[in-house]
Amino acid sequence: MNRRIDITLTVNGERVSRSVDTRLHLIDFLRTELGLTGAHTACEHGVCGACTVRLDGDPVRGCLVMAASLDGSVVETIEGLSDTGEIRDLQEAFVARNAAQCGYCTPGMLITAAEILTTAPDASREEIREHISGNYCRCTGYQAIVDAVEDVLKARRTSEAA
Amino acid sequence: MNEIVTPKSLGLSREDLPNSYIGRSVPRPNVRKLVEGRATYTDDVTLPRLVHAAFLRSPHAHARIVSIDTAAALAVPGVVRVFTGADLAKVCDPWVAVLAHLKGMKSAPQYPLPLERATWQGEAVAAVVADTRAAAEDGVAALAVAFEPLPAQVDMETALAPGAVVIHPELGDNLVFTRTAETGDVAGAFAAAHRVVEATFHTGRHTGVTLEPRSIIADYNRADGTLTVHHSTQAPHMMQNVFATQLRMAEGDVRVICKDVGGSYGIKVHVYPDEMAVACMSKIMGRPVKFIADRFEAFGSDIHARDHRIKGRLAVDAEGRFLAFDIDDLTGIGPYSVYPRTSAVEGNQVVNLCGGPYAFANYRCTTTVVLQNKSPTCQYRAVGHPIATTVTEGLVDLAAEALGMDKVALRRKNLIRDDAYPCTSPAGMRFEGLSHHASLDKLLEMVPVEKIRADQAEQRKRGVYRGLGFASFIELTNPSPFMYGIGGAKISAQDGCTVRMDPDGSLVALSGVTEQGQGTEAILAQIVAHGVGVPVSKVKVVTGDTQTTPYGGGTWACRGAGIGGEAALQSAIALKEQILEVAGAMLQAQAASLDIVMGEVVDKATGQVRMPLAELGRIVYYRGDTLPKDLARELVQTRHFITKEYPFAFTNGIQASWLEVDVETGMVKLLEHWCVEDCGRVINPMLVDEQVRGGIVQGIGGALYEHCIYNEDGQLLTTTLADYLVPMAAEMPDMHVGHVETPTKESLLGAKGAGEAGTAGAPAAIMNAINDALSPLGARVLAQPFTPDRILRALGTIA
Ligand code: FES
Ligand code: FES
Repeated sequence: MNRRIDITLTVNGERVSRSVDTRLHLIDFLRTELGLTGAHTACEHGVCGACTVRLDGDPVRGCLVMAASLDGSVVETIEGLSDTGEIRDLQEAFVARNAAQCGYCTPGMLITAAEILTTAPDASREEIREHISGNYCRCTGYQAIVDAVEDVLKARRTSEAA
Repeated sequence: MNEIVTPKSLGLSREDLPNSYIGRSVPRPNVRKLVEGRATYTDDVTLPRLVHAAFLRSPHAHARIVSIDTAAALAVPGVVRVFTGADLAKVCDPWVAVLAHLKGMKSAPQYPLPLERATWQGEAVAAVVADTRAAAEDGVAALAVAFEPLPAQVDMETALAPGAVVIHPELGDNLVFTRTAETGDVAGAFAAAHRVVEATFHTGRHTGVTLEPRSIIADYNRADGTLTVHHSTQAPHMMQNVFATQLRMAEGDVRVICKDVGGSYGIKVHVYPDEMAVACMSKIMGRPVKFIADRFEAFGSDIHARDHRIKGRLAVDAEGRFLAFDIDDLTGIGPYSVYPRTSAVEGNQVVNLCGGPYAFANYRCTTTVVLQNKSPTCQYRAVGHPIATTVTEGLVDLAAEALGMDKVALRRKNLIRDDAYPCTSPAGMRFEGLSHHASLDKLLEMVPVEKIRADQAEQRKRGVYRGLGFASFIELTNPSPFMYGIGGAKISAQDGCTVRMDPDGSLVALSGVTEQGQGTEAILAQIVAHGVGVPVSKVKVVTGDTQTTPYGGGTWACRGAGIGGEAALQSAIALKEQILEVAGAMLQAQAASLDIVMGEVVDKATGQVRMPLAELGRIVYYRGDTLPKDLARELVQTRHFITKEYPFAFTNGIQASWLEVDVETGMVKLLEHWCVEDCGRVINPMLVDEQVRGGIVQGIGGALYEHCIYNEDGQLLTTTLADYLVPMAAEMPDMHVGHVETPTKESLLGAKGAGEAGTAGAPAAIMNAINDALSPLGARVLAQPFTPDRILRALGTIA
């Protein structure tokens, strides 16, 4: 039946080795094997973005990546980003703007939003909206999320100018 | 205005009253765990010996279950057990979802898994339990179920026709419920009218799409005979009663725990057969069983809503005064009414709410609720309101065109006057106090109508079609037992709150209302901090556990703030009195001469600090020997609240939508959206605004994108998020929210609900804006969702 494959990878700065079922997806690997329950599943076919985590520096859909393919990879999740403080300002802005209601979309949303902070520091509201459009939120109506990201972009520009 | 001290009521600033939290935008304390991935949703919970359930679901809209062969499934590695309907019926009684006050209502008994027939595509038919979800799904794939397909009754329009497939023969026909409300002389009013406008509207069947799908872990413990259910739900106490009753247990032996909930919007307040099956399987196996619906299952088994066809007529006189509304509503609800709230309430709400914002004398509205072989429908955010608002406001715009009157002016002429309250609507709804005119005025301060009209005219010259649409609405909140209790449903309209002070002066509030992201816990903390007089950071809130919180109804129909909030305020005030009593004894002062400010007992007159609460707590808990023997010192108080004067606290508001229709592609681009609403006292303006915005976007979803589409065989075609479209960030406009505050006098707090206003009004505002845009082209759309396809058909671009 299902084969198993041995993988060793770095997750949130820690080395982990596991023997994984070949059909296991990254998101399920994180949630069930490692207890990293911050990222969620909501569609399991790559549409909603709830499962977004970072793989080798880029946001990916955890429900579309096979765990067995991850030998030697570097994975970061919301738990790891919270520990390092890399997106502390973005998280604070989400709190201040109430950009999370039920919070189910939030870890994925933060990882997607974090990308625009570095790739497009001058992004407009429309560009922010476009950038996060692959992450569904059913609660907020998105405006508070756009506000929060915009706040952080402005604050980072100001602190860089200073 | 009610006698509740806020800085404004005293003419003071925030700084003068530092622990005044009512009316203040305090960030929600529990957002922090959400942004760090530290929330606990039901799927995050694991338990020793946990097994996972997966269901085989009917591939047919209607079929006889001929046989279920489990041998191959049981041979799959990891599979522990397979269950059929007959297995579960041994431990679980069926339920019938009717309410006694909905006269003549009928529905059929429903089991966790059906015994003989599957009646919608997606209905769970058999269950496999295994050591992982993947193994359980392997087991499902290996199950051999023989179905004999039966003719399906899919179209609600033919459900009562001769020759219709009667879905439950024992009921005699497919009629679940019908009701007509009639006031005045409708026929006479239409006969005498200057103009009559009429139209047929459709609201598309859609669903909630909670990002966290339905989730449950049932854990039956044979050792002590208790069932603990970890459940993503809005109503833990209601579910406690349901599990106990159906599984023949004592209510006290069932505990429902609900930690974080990943969205609900009404989806998670119903009894789902597959979730009942999980409880049954745990009871039989004596170990915890987990079931997390996947998205495919969610589309086929979460409740759907708003599948209505509504014919409406409006009669007006020559001055534009409304004379009569005449409405005929038809809705298909699937093969069963959903327990325990029933699936007749949505249609019933349409009858209650049509014409709601306006003063007129003659009214007739009929709803007809019928069975069909599609997913069951039930209450979803703003139950019935978007439907009633669509019909009402669609007819109002038609009347304005027929009369050649300005659409805002026609509304202003007919909206109930702000000084007309209390009053009763022709549909029999009692209004304590609304603010339609003040809300309209406020909206017109926000919407630059003249500029928009000028832009509209300019753009039309260039072949760009933009439209502005308005929709007034009323919203039913703070329900009394008149909503469900009088019909026999064990759903509490009362709610309670216990507030206690611990030795360090911190407070814990336990409440029967629940949190699904609205900010319930945050506003409860604000209210308790305000009521007692402590910094909000000193208040911890506990919700979602039937064993520790006061009995209550949970959060639905916009009752969290109005009902749960008032219980919290009253218990906080009672605790404050008790604390001051003790402080008076300690300080040799009259309790009435003392106050509590920012966690310290102070002299009321001078503001001088007399004692921190932590010191008071230390003495009460550790050195009670030093206090007078007969001094009452219970630093814990509980109060309950239920509305008594009015069956519901109505709110009101008005929305406006400004959009552009691409007449080449039929696509609608939303440019800007406004909402003014009056939810009584605003406890946290930021949270109310966000509730309104989130609600508007769900309304936009129903108006433009979301649709559960079935083919004529009853096959659901929209079962993935690629087929069923929900609003995305790039498509959404910026939304401006304004408030008018008319507090309810039923409570000290004065709060009404705010969570459904956005959804109630948005679809109608968008429909009117699209039709405003299309008006020079002679096209009109009345069937939601307003897809490019429908708009191009209306334009005659495609046939
Ligand atoms: S769960 Fe991966 S994109 Fe939806
Ligand atoms: S906050 Fe609930 S889905 Fe985004």
